[in-house]
Amino acid sequence: MISFSNVYKRYPNGFEALKNIAFTIKQGEMVFITGNSGAGKSTLLKLIGAIERPTTGGIIVNDQNISKLKNSAIPYLRRNLGMVFQGQKILFDRSVFDNVVLPLQICGFEHQSAAGRVRAALDKVGLLDKEKALPITLSGGEQQRLCIARAVVNRPSILIADEPTTYLDPSYTKDIMNMFKSFHQVGVTVLITTPTAALLESPQYRILSLNHGELVT
Amino acid sequence: MWLSHHWHAFFLALRRLVGSPLANLLNIIVIGVAFSLPTGVYMLLGNVQSLSGQLSGAPQLNVFLKLDTGKDAIEKLKSHLKQHPQVENFRFLPKDKALEQLKQRNGMATAINSLTRNPLPDAFIIDAKSISPETLKRLRNEMLKWPDSMHVQLDSDWMERLNALLKLGQIALLILTALLSFALIVVTFNTIRLQILTKRNEIEVSKLIGATSNFIRRPFLYFGAIQGVAGGAIAWLIVALVINLINSELINLVRLYAVDFQLHHISFEDSISLLLFSSWLGWVGAWLSVASHLWQIEP
Ligand SMILES: Nc1ncnc2c1ncn2[C@@H]1O[C@H](COP(=O)(O)OP(=O)(O)OP(=O)(O)O)[C@@H](O)[C@H]1O
Ligand SMILES: [Mg+2]
Repeated sequence: MISFSNVYKRYPNGFEALKNIAFTIKQGEMVFITGNSGAGKSTLLKLIGAIERPTTGGIIVNDQNISKLKNSAIPYLRRNLGMVFQGQKILFDRSVFDNVVLPLQICGFEHQSAAGRVRAALDKVGLLDKEKALPITLSGGEQQRLCIARAVVNRPSILIADEPTTYLDPSYTKDIMNMFKSFHQVGVTVLITTPTAALLESPQYRILSLNHGELVT
Repeated sequence: MWLSHHWHAFFLALRRLVGSPLANLLNIIVIGVAFSLPTGVYMLLGNVQSLSGQLSGAPQLNVFLKLDTGKDAIEKLKSHLKQHPQVENFRFLPKDKALEQLKQRNGMATAINSLTRNPLPDAFIIDAKSISPETLKRLRNEMLKWPDSMHVQLDSDWMERLNALLKLGQIALLILTALLSFALIVVTFNTIRLQILTKRNEIEVSKLIGATSNFIRRPFLYFGAIQGVAGGAIAWLIVALVINLINSELINLVRLYAVDFQLHHISFEDSISLLLFSSWLGWVGAWLSVASHLWQIEP
């Protein structure tokens, strides 16, 4: 479950990126967050991952009050979140496999069981045959799938993705959306941002619209 | 799980070390050369100390007896010395023999021949068991109190001078060690700083997917420690090589002087201490660097 109540985010330079945000997402829901560039979509996701802290207001993620979370507890919050970042954040100095195994190494998995999970995740995104490849040799869509594999390899209950399809060709877009739907179908809470323009041939899903930092209903 | 984290960090550190072999090797050599200096001085001091013990054996006391000391008194002193717990060995040098010896020196014969009587006293030459200056002084005072002794000469002056010199050497060693330890810390600090800069991306991503500060810190600490240990090993090698070199030269020299002397090698305990100390310094350098640079990288 993800729940925001009266959340404000003001950046240190004084810019107010989110104003009075309140919503609740139930476990297992799939939700899209839309809005123009600069509307505050990334900021909202960063608050969920405690990458940014709210200026005021309460945020509950998996029964944890994020706004009051100690810094030392943040890593453990993130281990239960699968995050796909805008701008990918792939490590280009290591293979696809080594990128995806990183969250498991962080959690202290043994090599054997980690390898099994990595292959399962790569299989889900269709990159199993590229596990030894270097990310630089992958196409844009494949790189995005690599990021999704890394986000789901630790089997999080919540998956959040920041504009996972923006710079991709339409054929890739469909693939990747289907991938998120399949995670949603096995009970994962899925949260995806997407710019307004790119909306969507999936009207059955809930949509939260942001406009200049405010939710519009 | 705890163990697997440490293995992971250790192997990651090793991988980083092997990853840029030239730069790291140069670093290790610099550390090794720097550290071979205090190690070498330490070995030198230890060797000089044992050499001084060997050369002097036990230091000697010369007891000169009053000129009118009789034969009975001398016999009594002999048996007293035989039983003395502090006396290792002694030799009686009668005055006639002392004069003989003096005559044999160049240019002294004519001078001595012109003497009407022997001006020299009988003497005991005594090897003490202890080499500690205090015990020797006590022994000397004891012998001065003998009714028949006229003068007691303790030839420990040069020992005292050597001891003072060794003490000075130890202070120099301490300063040298402190300075070069500082240098090792600085070298490691800088290596890790550069490493953090180049691993910025990796650190950031790791934080984003739930790595604790410890998880990120650990490989750097291991790296520092490994680099330190490797530097210590190089220092050990340098010192061992130098000792071997000197020893092979000493064999010839020693033959001329008929003393049995070889520099001894770094003992097992000292080797372990050296490696532990250098790895600890590396760890400290890495820790300081991580503490001052890692927080700047925020996701
Ligand atoms: N660290 C920051 N400091 C100051 N202002 C920031 C910071 N990050 C974002 N902002 C501002 O906050 C606003 C919202 O940014 P955010 O990244 O959430 O937008 P977005 O909806 O994700 O846009 P896009 O679709 O372009 O990614 C923007 O106007 C941006 O300039
Ligand atoms: Mg954004």
